[in-house]
Amino acid sequence: MGLLNSIKPTFMKERNRTDASHFSHMFNFRKIWKTAVFLTAVSAILPLAVITAIDYNLTQKSAESEVIVRTSRIVSNTKRSIAFFLSVRQAALDYIVHDNSPEQIVDHQRLTTILRNLKSSFGGVSDISVIDRKGRQIAYIGEYDLEGKNYSGQKWFNEVLERGIYISDVFLGFRNLPHLVIAVKYTIPNGLFYILRASVDTAQFTDLLSNLEMVEKSDAFIINQEGTLQTPSRHYGRVLEKISLDIPAYADETEVAQRIDIDGNGLIIGYAYIHNTPFILMIIKHKEELMRPWRKTRVQMLGFLTVGVVFILITITGFATYMVNNMYYADQKRLMALHQMEYSNKLASIGRLAAGVAHEINNPLAIINEKAGYIKDLFTYKNVYNNDPKLIDCVNSILSSVERGGRITHRLLGFARHMDAKIEQINLKDVIGDVLGFLAKEAEYRSIEIRLDLSDKITPFETDRGKLQQILLNLVNNAFAAVQDGGKIEISASPEGMDHISIICADQGCGISAENLKHVFEPFFSTRTNVGGTGLGLSITYGLVHELGGTIDVKSEAGKGTRFTVRLPLKMKKEEEMNARPISRR
Amino acid sequence: MRVLLVDDEQELVSTLAERLAFREIEAEWTTSGHDALQLLSDKPFDIAVIDVKMPVISGFELKRKMQTLRPELKYIFLTGHGSQQDYITGQSEAGTDYYLIKPVDIDTLIQKMNEVLKQ
Repeated sequence: MGLLNSIKPTFMKERNRTDASHFSHMFNFRKIWKTAVFLTAVSAILPLAVITAIDYNLTQKSAESEVIVRTSRIVSNTKRSIAFFLSVRQAALDYIVHDNSPEQIVDHQRLTTILRNLKSSFGGVSDISVIDRKGRQIAYIGEYDLEGKNYSGQKWFNEVLERGIYISDVFLGFRNLPHLVIAVKYTIPNGLFYILRASVDTAQFTDLLSNLEMVEKSDAFIINQEGTLQTPSRHYGRVLEKISLDIPAYADETEVAQRIDIDGNGLIIGYAYIHNTPFILMIIKHKEELMRPWRKTRVQMLGFLTVGVVFILITITGFATYMVNNMYYADQKRLMALHQMEYSNKLASIGRLAAGVAHEINNPLAIINEKAGYIKDLFTYKNVYNNDPKLIDCVNSILSSVERGGRITHRLLGFARHMDAKIEQINLKDVIGDVLGFLAKEAEYRSIEIRLDLSDKITPFETDRGKLQQILLNLVNNAFAAVQDGGKIEISASPEGMDHISIICADQGCGISAENLKHVFEPFFSTRTNVGGTGLGLSITYGLVHELGGTIDVKSEAGKGTRFTVRLPLKMKKEEEMNARPISRR
Repeated sequence: MRVLLVDDEQELVSTLAERLAFREIEAEWTTSGHDALQLLSDKPFDIAVIDVKMPVISGFELKRKMQTLRPELKYIFLTGHGSQQDYITGQSEAGTDYYLIKPVDIDTLIQKMNEVLKQ
């Protein structure tokens, strides 16, 4: 809290002064600061946030698009490889039927040579057979004795008759190994035909797919149009098992689609129907994995945004605090000037009023004075009147009352006369006497003892009498407010060094707490607002002392009393004389 | 010593004249500037005690007119003291010592009259 308080700008610590002045409502610096910070922050951060959001979206879309394009490219390339694999074998069979006569091709020796050549050229060909137009297998070279087997009722036989070529789904067969069958039809010029049929292992298929670089959760496999796996899959089952995914809709070209699997993971599914085969190539990738590089960029982007926002906020807060604090200080100075002017005008008005009242009272007083004097003269100069001591006492009493009234009006006039700035030689004792004269009756009624201790070494010194009167009047008034009835006030003065005088006004009143002591010279600070305090007296006193080129300090302890020390120069400097002139005359 | 008292407050000026008479000072009084100028042209006076604020002719204006009639005449001003300007003008016209604020003790007034006559 201590550190926080020490860095807290002054305007933040400002007390509520709404009850102290009609100027105060004009400036709520905390609100100004909050508005400045909010508006500047919004105008700086909003565009940054919008740009970042747009960039975020674009980068995300670009990353997704790149993933889709890359997947599509892999699917297309793999599809071409598989199509090529099948078409090469199909072309080889086509070549064989064209290169051999019907007699040669059913020759077992020749067929054995052909099978051996196919195995050595392509590998993976396990058997080869020739089927006549009735569907009877008339020649067979392979591991099993399948010669004479009739395929006429089978679906594939009809298909090959119709299309001239047939590529089967993968199946296990007698060897219990996944393989497929490629069959080509050859029509002899005499209108007859026969079919050359070969079994091809799918191990090469599987190798082709497993050579693709797949990250952990990705998968590549081939299914048939019923959704049965034709090659093994990492995550969706073994060969000839059904996959759990929907079969993608037919498309001529490679397609990439996005799906959500049953675990809620986003999938990117690239697929292609391989023409003239029952196969669909599928490459499945987990979106999360593919977007991992983008997520790194996203973290960097958000990090940059956060650092940017923090930097902007710190800069804005610092700048707003600096500006508002400067405004606050400028306003404080302006307010002080306004209040001094207001105070001076008030005093000047009081002075004018006092002068008017004094003038009007002085004339009747003078008449009373002359008439009473005349009565006294009659007793003194004429023997015709009896010398009545009671009557003389009455006359003397009238004369002393007139004198007292005269003293009061003279003092009022003196006070009014010093409203205007005038640097003159003054006698401190006289000034203090004038000030105390105003408060003598109150001191008497409240039994307040005022002790004066003025050093004999004090010589007349140069200052503004009116301002010094105001300073002393304010301090003594403050002391009167602080002490209880029957209390004590001490006013002392002594030279300080060669060129200063120090005046002390001490009371044994209620004192000021340490917390309040820090604010006593601030305008509008008052602990007596509920009993008519304006919080201006001491701040004006502070200003006046400074105008006279002096200093003022205060020591106080709650419950024990307060002591103000005013230190004034014995001779005012030129610039202080200028400052001492009232604001209204500048 | 012959004194001319001029003040628009008749009660004040007449009583003051009688009190001066008790002290064997010859004093005549009037409540207007015009009458004062008339008296001055008719009789010789050593000193004039004049109120600053009077109707028609102010104290300072009266002084200037009297000076043309009797250049040797001395002056003392009395005032209830109005404005700051009165004070400054009074001081420059009469000098600090001869600008007295009402009510004035009669002995002080006589003392000031003696002083001004000695100048």
